[in-house]
Amino acid sequence: MNILGLFWEWFSDSANWQGTDGIPTRLLEHVWYSGLSLLIAAAIGLPLGLLTGHTGRGGFVAASLANFARALPTLGIVILVVLIYGVGLGPVLTALIALAVPPVLVNTYEGIRNVDADIKDAARGMGMTGPEVLFKVEIPAAMPLILLGLRTAAIQIVATATVAAYVSLGGLGRYIFDGFQRQDYKAVVGGSVLVVLLAVIVAGIFLALRRLLVPAGVRQSGRVA
Amino acid sequence: MALVDGEPLIRWNWVADHLQDFVDLTGEHLFLSLAPVVLGLLISIPLGVASIRWSWLYPPVFAGANLLYAIPSLALFMLMLDLTGLNSRWTAIVPLTGYTLAVLVPNVVDGLRQVPASVRQAATAMGFGTWRRLIQVELPIAVPVIMAGLRVATVSSISLVSVAVLVGQGGLGQLFTDGAQREFPTPIIAGIVLTIILAFAADLALVTAQRLLTPWARSRKGTA
Amino acid sequence: MRTHRWVRSFAVSLYFILALDHITASTGAGEEVGRLITFDGVTKRYADGTVAVDDLDLEIPTGRITVLVGPSGCGKTTTLRMINRMVDPTDGVVAIDGTDVRSKNPPELRRGIGYVIQQAGLFPHRTILNNIATVPYLLGWDKKKARARARELMDSVGLDPAMASRYPYQLSGGQQQRVGVARALAADPPIMLMDEPFSAVDPIVRKSLQDEFLRLQAELQKTIVFVTHDIDEAIKLGHKIAVFQVGGKLAQYSTPDELLAGPKDGFVADFLGGERGLKRLRFFRELDAEEAAARSGDAGGPGPDGGPGADEKAGEGDTTGGSDDSPVGGR
Repeated sequence: MNILGLFWEWFSDSANWQGTDGIPTRLLEHVWYSGLSLLIAAAIGLPLGLLTGHTGRGGFVAASLANFARALPTLGIVILVVLIYGVGLGPVLTALIALAVPPVLVNTYEGIRNVDADIKDAARGMGMTGPEVLFKVEIPAAMPLILLGLRTAAIQIVATATVAAYVSLGGLGRYIFDGFQRQDYKAVVGGSVLVVLLAVIVAGIFLALRRLLVPAGVRQSGRVA
Repeated sequence: MALVDGEPLIRWNWVADHLQDFVDLTGEHLFLSLAPVVLGLLISIPLGVASIRWSWLYPPVFAGANLLYAIPSLALFMLMLDLTGLNSRWTAIVPLTGYTLAVLVPNVVDGLRQVPASVRQAATAMGFGTWRRLIQVELPIAVPVIMAGLRVATVSSISLVSVAVLVGQGGLGQLFTDGAQREFPTPIIAGIVLTIILAFAADLALVTAQRLLTPWARSRKGTA
Repeated sequence: MRTHRWVRSFAVSLYFILALDHITASTGAGEEVGRLITFDGVTKRYADGTVAVDDLDLEIPTGRITVLVGPSGCGKTTTLRMINRMVDPTDGVVAIDGTDVRSKNPPELRRGIGYVIQQAGLFPHRTILNNIATVPYLLGWDKKKARARARELMDSVGLDPAMASRYPYQLSGGQQQRVGVARALAADPPIMLMDEPFSAVDPIVRKSLQDEFLRLQAELQKTIVFVTHDIDEAIKLGHKIAVFQVGGKLAQYSTPDELLAGPKDGFVADFLGGERGLKRLRFFRELDAEEAAARSGDAGGPGPDGGPGADEKAGEGDTTGGSDDSPVGGR
């Protein structure tokens, strides 16, 4: 309960709501980095996943890529990228995107690939063209996994963007690192709780998307990992 | 922060001089990342079994796991400081155990649910009691699915633990902060490479263990 | 027993003469005969060298149920799938009414041919009604018309209208199979390909599905190619039966009665199993006399038909691809 007390004290202090280090600015920065990275990661990962899933080629590469990405230590990657390319939004976003593409790609691939062979056969047999099979049958049936991939990527990005404050990026991670530096645990707690809240909101958004985008007939199967 | 001109990405002589450090850090890294996996496994099996037995338990457990999984590790480590302090390994171990649970509990439940009803009934008809059936029949059948989750949890734990260096517990993560403070890429690259090697070695060990544990399932591939 | 046989062969000859007459009449008028499917020297060899279908010549009559039967690996499914180009032959020609199926692009061809498979292959994300309306939607029918058609078919295959807005996972296996049949019929295709449609359900449900299928076919008079591994099902449903043996060779092609009376070789006799006499007896008991005559002696010419549906059928041939919304003939 100590934590909530500290958080409230920090959160209700009007000094923390102003200027470039104010809560609105930092929150917006965090959302901006994360949203942009997710968008770009999706723009890369979704088409690749749909293509490999639909044609069935490159599955092994996709799966290995996912395993490899999971093993990468994000802190090390972010520091290395910044060390080589300099501090800036570009290098950090590149790192965030690189870490987020594999889960999007692999889950999309797996989702499309694992659509029941009978269903695909029936779709083709009824005269659907390749793109019709993909858009009318495979994507709707694979929607739970596609969303799972996007969700995993979003979670990964929000977390890594927090860590990225270590290399002088903005966002909510700033409070954590600056507070730590100043031995101001109140700010550390404030930043951490805000990050947790943001993560919870992201999870909530994906829950809503699931209700919205996953057809009722396929909502039955909901494996998450 | 930027690379000093002329600084190579890797100084091999530095690597050669610090081999003993690598060994120490790797040991520390393994302990910090595997202890949560073991703890997580020990907790998730009874939790999964309970979620099957009392089905009302599953929705909240599942939602909790999902939520926990979404929380960035850095924030969790920082909040743990309040409970465990800066120089305790628990600061790293407790949150990582949480992540392991978030991955494993749904897999344990899935694995147990996939046990065919016919097998369960046959076991009951042959006179297995509830617990004996669980341990001797249902859990072994669920092993492939549980193992798939365990692999994900292990690899994630090994890569995540380096973030805990920011609360003073990070194993190989210390190479990252060291490299960042001195703007010196060699330890960072060494840390990344060692982390990846550890992750793959642990994964390989688990795959091997699974093949030994479930000789009947050799042709099937696990879900990841 | 002997007199029985004599009477029957007389009836058959008589019938055959009438049938021939019917053929000459319709070809003489210069109109389309129907949807006759022919295999001419068709071979399917896969990349790994296995021969799924070996030099097949087969003529599948119009308006009838032709059953392809055989053990697994005999090429019966491959044969079926070559009709709608799910598989293309390595050699030879598959033709519908004399037109090589390869002259049409596959999606266009398939939209005009009904297709039912073993596990039904229903789309999990679409309601039952929308599943059935799939091909009409693909053909660009307007929504209202497509749905009205789907509702009508639900009724034809004996599905409760309340199921229209349900999803496939909420249905039993037998109900799903009915949806599969309705979906294949939706655009009123003159040809239906059915790949073990009833083999995934239990025997009691299977029997009722078979019975209703026969009842429906008596009305619709489609050209149906039906694959099964179950010889009893083949005998019950088929006007003509093509028995395949492993390696993709056609072992015998004849009416059920001829098949039971005179299996060509040891393989066919074995495949038919014991109690052939009993099967034959049952076969006749289950058919009315007229139908029995049709299914025991007909040599496989196009269009022989003793039933009252013969003339309606000729008219129905025009609705290829369902551009026309006339309901199924006879309903």
